[in-house]
Amino acid sequence: MITKRIIPCLDVKNGKVVKGIKFQEIREVGDPVTMAKEYDTQCADELVFLDITATNDKRSTVVNLVEKVAEQLSIPFTIGGGVRDTEDIRVLLQSGADKVAINTAAVMKPEFISEAAEAFGSQCVVVAIDAKRNNDRFEVVINAGKKLTGIDVIDWVKTVQKLGAGEILLTSMDRDGTKKGFDIELYQNVGEISNLPLIASGGGGSLDNFTEVLKETKVDAALGASIFHYSEFTVIDVKEYLQKRGVVVRL
Amino acid sequence: MIGVIDYNAGNQKNVCLAFNRLGEDVQLVSQVSDFDRIERLVFPGVGAFGSVLTYLNETGLYSAIKEWILEDKSFLGICLGLQVLFETSEEAPGVKGLGIIKGDVSRFSEGKIPQIGWNKVKSRSSYIDDEFYYFANSYYVRPKEEEIIAATTEYFREFCSAVSFENILALQFHPERSGKAGMELLKRWVS
Repeated sequence: MITKRIIPCLDVKNGKVVKGIKFQEIREVGDPVTMAKEYDTQCADELVFLDITATNDKRSTVVNLVEKVAEQLSIPFTIGGGVRDTEDIRVLLQSGADKVAINTAAVMKPEFISEAAEAFGSQCVVVAIDAKRNNDRFEVVINAGKKLTGIDVIDWVKTVQKLGAGEILLTSMDRDGTKKGFDIELYQNVGEISNLPLIASGGGGSLDNFTEVLKETKVDAALGASIFHYSEFTVIDVKEYLQKRGVVVRL
Repeated sequence: MIGVIDYNAGNQKNVCLAFNRLGEDVQLVSQVSDFDRIERLVFPGVGAFGSVLTYLNETGLYSAIKEWILEDKSFLGICLGLQVLFETSEEAPGVKGLGIIKGDVSRFSEGKIPQIGWNKVKSRSSYIDDEFYYFANSYYVRPKEEEIIAATTEYFREFCSAVSFENILALQFHPERSGKAGMELLKRWVS
């Protein structure tokens, strides 16, 4: 059967890997290509690169990153961060990315999802959703976590599915960078109504955190950043722990 | 020289880069005359059955590819590159595949669709190890002849994940995205 995937996520700014806490503080961590190769040897199933550079020059920096990574990496990787239109997607795929993640641009113009899926195939289109708790609901946040939209995550997931997304990368804004565990309720709620491959993100700080989200919800993959970047655990550590607890992983 | 078919859809670059990492020279094949310069042909696979076959017909690549295969020349198909070898696909009713292999292409009916991720392959071929390889597919092939099946995989049902016979090796999974196991497979194919 298909295995659960463990996916290191690298936030990249101006060509360097950085890591923030709750989307705010930024610390530099390393060279993206070196880190990517390291994760490949650690048996990572895929990688996600999120570009958080905020300049006009952005596209050429990102293309450069994608080209360098694609030359060296033989596992799939997704690139996201400021992707605005199908031309952006085309350039990134042609530079060597396997999948492209879209977030704010999809919320602003939902048809962007179907345009992308039709042009490139839904398996290349990951819709990234940032979620923030609001009483007993989860609300969609855009603009790198800065703007509440009033849209319920459940409604947005249903829409995204209909429009042809291939996968959903769902991040808990409240948990991101805290290493306090994934937001189990969020993934249970979405798991009830969605049949798209679902990646959990935000809060993965311990071996038990990963076990919990992969066993108690219907997510297909879990993303980690701080836990891996600061070398507390390797991807293999996580996978061996999961395997001993009955989760099917690739080792 | 290895030729990789360029049908203008997404990502054939990773296939080229994978062969480069093995020290092989690769050329993109986008028109009929390109076939003269290559010894092996790779059909990489991202896109949709219908639109790819339309493109192949319009460019004359359809007959060039079919001829290449029928002339017993080395061919590697990946993902869609496996599916187009068949007669028809549920993904595009009415569209004719290359028809090299008897059988059709059907859509998964259980589980999350597309199947995305690493799955175990049970091999019947010396090219392929019993290993995890990377899949990203909503459709799977159903060959009529059992003997050409080179590997099977389970995704809520057992399905054919590779075929191999004579000059043809075709895989449902992506060897160029399957880490070390995938690179081993490609190495065997080129040697």
